[in-house]
Amino acid sequence: MLYVVIAFLFLAIVLYFLLGGADFGAGIIELFTSEKNRPHTRKTMYQAIGPIWEANHMWLIIAVVILFVGFPAIYSQMCTWLHIPLLIMLLGIMARGTAFAFRNYDAVKGERTQNIYNHIFVYSSFITPLFLGIIAGSAISRQIDLQATTFLSGYIFSWFNYFSVAVGLFTVALSGYLAAVYLIGEAENEKDILRFIKKARLMTIVAVVFGSLVFVAAGFESIQLARFIFGNPVSIAAVIVASISLILQWILIRRGKKKIIRVTAALQVTMILLAVGYMHYPYFVMVKSGENLSLLSLHAPAKTITDLGWALCIGSLLILPSLFYLYVSFQRKSEHDF
Amino acid sequence: MDDFLAARSQMAISLGFHIIYSCIGMVMPFFMAVSHYKWIKTGDPVYKNITRAWSKGVAIFFATGAVSGTILSFELGLLWPKFMQQAGPIFGMPFSLEGVAFFIEAIALGFFLYGWDKFNKWFHWFTCVVIGISGIVSGILVVAANSWMNNPSGFDYVNGQYSNIDPIKAMFNGSWFSEALHMSLAAFSATGFAVAGVHALMIARRKNVVFHTKAFKIAIVFGAVAAILQPFSGDIAAKNVYKTQPAKLDAMEAYFHTQANAPLVLGGIPDTATKKVKYGIEIPGLLSFLVHDNFGEKVNGLDKIPHKDQPPVSITHFSFDLMVIIGSAMMLLGLMYFWAVWKKRSWLTKKWFLRLFILAVPFGFVAVEAGWTVTEVGRQPWIIYGIMRTSEAVTPMPGIHYTFYLFTAIYFILTIAVIFLLTRQIKMVPVLYDTK
Repeated sequence: MLYVVIAFLFLAIVLYFLLGGADFGAGIIELFTSEKNRPHTRKTMYQAIGPIWEANHMWLIIAVVILFVGFPAIYSQMCTWLHIPLLIMLLGIMARGTAFAFRNYDAVKGERTQNIYNHIFVYSSFITPLFLGIIAGSAISRQIDLQATTFLSGYIFSWFNYFSVAVGLFTVALSGYLAAVYLIGEAENEKDILRFIKKARLMTIVAVVFGSLVFVAAGFESIQLARFIFGNPVSIAAVIVASISLILQWILIRRGKKKIIRVTAALQVTMILLAVGYMHYPYFVMVKSGENLSLLSLHAPAKTITDLGWALCIGSLLILPSLFYLYVSFQRKSEHDF
Repeated sequence: MDDFLAARSQMAISLGFHIIYSCIGMVMPFFMAVSHYKWIKTGDPVYKNITRAWSKGVAIFFATGAVSGTILSFELGLLWPKFMQQAGPIFGMPFSLEGVAFFIEAIALGFFLYGWDKFNKWFHWFTCVVIGISGIVSGILVVAANSWMNNPSGFDYVNGQYSNIDPIKAMFNGSWFSEALHMSLAAFSATGFAVAGVHALMIARRKNVVFHTKAFKIAIVFGAVAAILQPFSGDIAAKNVYKTQPAKLDAMEAYFHTQANAPLVLGGIPDTATKKVKYGIEIPGLLSFLVHDNFGEKVNGLDKIPHKDQPPVSITHFSFDLMVIIGSAMMLLGLMYFWAVWKKRSWLTKKWFLRLFILAVPFGFVAVEAGWTVTEVGRQPWIIYGIMRTSEAVTPMPGIHYTFYLFTAIYFILTIAVIFLLTRQIKMVPVLYDTK
């Protein structure tokens, strides 16, 4: 059952990166859209993510619950040493979720208030994935010092380092990329499609640049990322699949295959996460000195893991079909404006 | 402010606001389901408009409830990492199930809010019912987790080690039922009265009277029924507290000295130094009766509890009395409503009658906060009753008072924003839903 729980943990993380990421990305796209096109982009985006954004963010809750029930020691250490970035990410989630709801449910669509909501929404859409990435980067950066004695070494440098910040920026770029690809399929007319295609291309380039930056930053922090990734067959395969699908993506976008490109984009991000996840497995958090935090040794007692595994299996039987139906139902665009 | 106090305050602020958002977000879907049902059955468009108007409120509260809940799931670890490390595997079961229930709620909400005229109307109605049921199930599960902190079970604790952990037993600990029942009824009565009061205000102002009268009726029936049942669940809860956490019950009642024919003290100012209650009204034997169903039987007092294990008496006692007073008032108002419906229908449109309900808008939530204070402050100094002290659980990170100030500011701003948005929604009712 332990492996079932671990599988669900990674599934929840991957789905949060993909779905939550695309969701954040929508805000990032809005941030980098010219004033002129913003209202239009906003409308497309609202129709695309309105019904599903709350559900997209549930994956984070699932991941957190699995961590604190199944791997409490790991959760507790992360919460202690990554307190500050977690806090900023949470504030981002809060600002973003409420701003999104408020701007749609403010009965009076006043220009000034809408402007405030929009600003909060786009900036928190940028900050939240940035810190989500920073947290993910910190987990593998070996900068978390369980024996830290000073505030700076314990609570700041654990996440404020070249590598973590580079991973953060890379996450932002990937989120924007996912959203742009997703929005191509939701656009209403040819002009919009072209606009989102341009955005998707731009985001691809940005993602590749930031992705390379991660390797450079890894070099600075003497993390042997390249050697780790290319040191095991699964990660190599994942990187190859990601690269091939990236090339495929360009061709498919040009051919106007709106739905398949979503799959290839999701595949790329999944492969990146797989490559990184697999090379560290079973470690979840790499620490500066001493034993890394392993999913296989720091788990809860057997009874808890068994019950948690069953809860997840039964829960997913309820969640996955209804979630799938939700996505399918709102695929077709409706003319009806709520 | 020291870090420990700051951490406790931050947790209190976060939960104090979350409890309001989530109560409303959890109960209002039931009102919507009723009104939506009436629309489908009668075809009266007013009911459809009421459902739509409420659904916007629910969308706002669900979003704020969801984000404040997400924050809490992390704050447990951010502020109390040592507690979560030990307790996570034991009391985490309700949280995992809550994650599932909450997920289903979010999916159903997506269907309901964006599904007008898109689906079969009964399917659309059904999604509204699912929102309500999964919401209330979430609430019960979260309260079950809290009840474990009050009445820890499902493990053996020997020499500081936890063994024989059984998360299912921990979830169904001896206090889960009484706490969940009390909290669910509280959510229904608080939300029912608050919503009804807002509609009463609009009726009193003669604005869209048909719309608001129908809405008032649905909300107040839920609120009044829950408020009338609440004292009974309170009795079950109090008996359970005496059995499982005597220190909390003694602090609630400011009951210092063990005695037979134990009196119930109403009001008064407890003095922990002299162990006396000044200016309180004593009703002989009533505490014995409430605890044991027998006026003569002995009730153990705070003198049986070591001083270092005693909760703060004054806060617990005041909060408890406040909760009881408000709860009683709400019960009377509830009875009065049914009396009016049954015998005095003319009252229903009278200004003084409506004013009573307008006055009662905040009542339920004040009582909810007071009750929450009783259960949390009354458990101190423990985070896991009798097992782990709150001070042992706190994060080692310094500077928590800064985040406390930050959170306090944010929650206040958020609440002001929510009230601002709701006011605008209510003001727009004539424009959006005027059926004339």
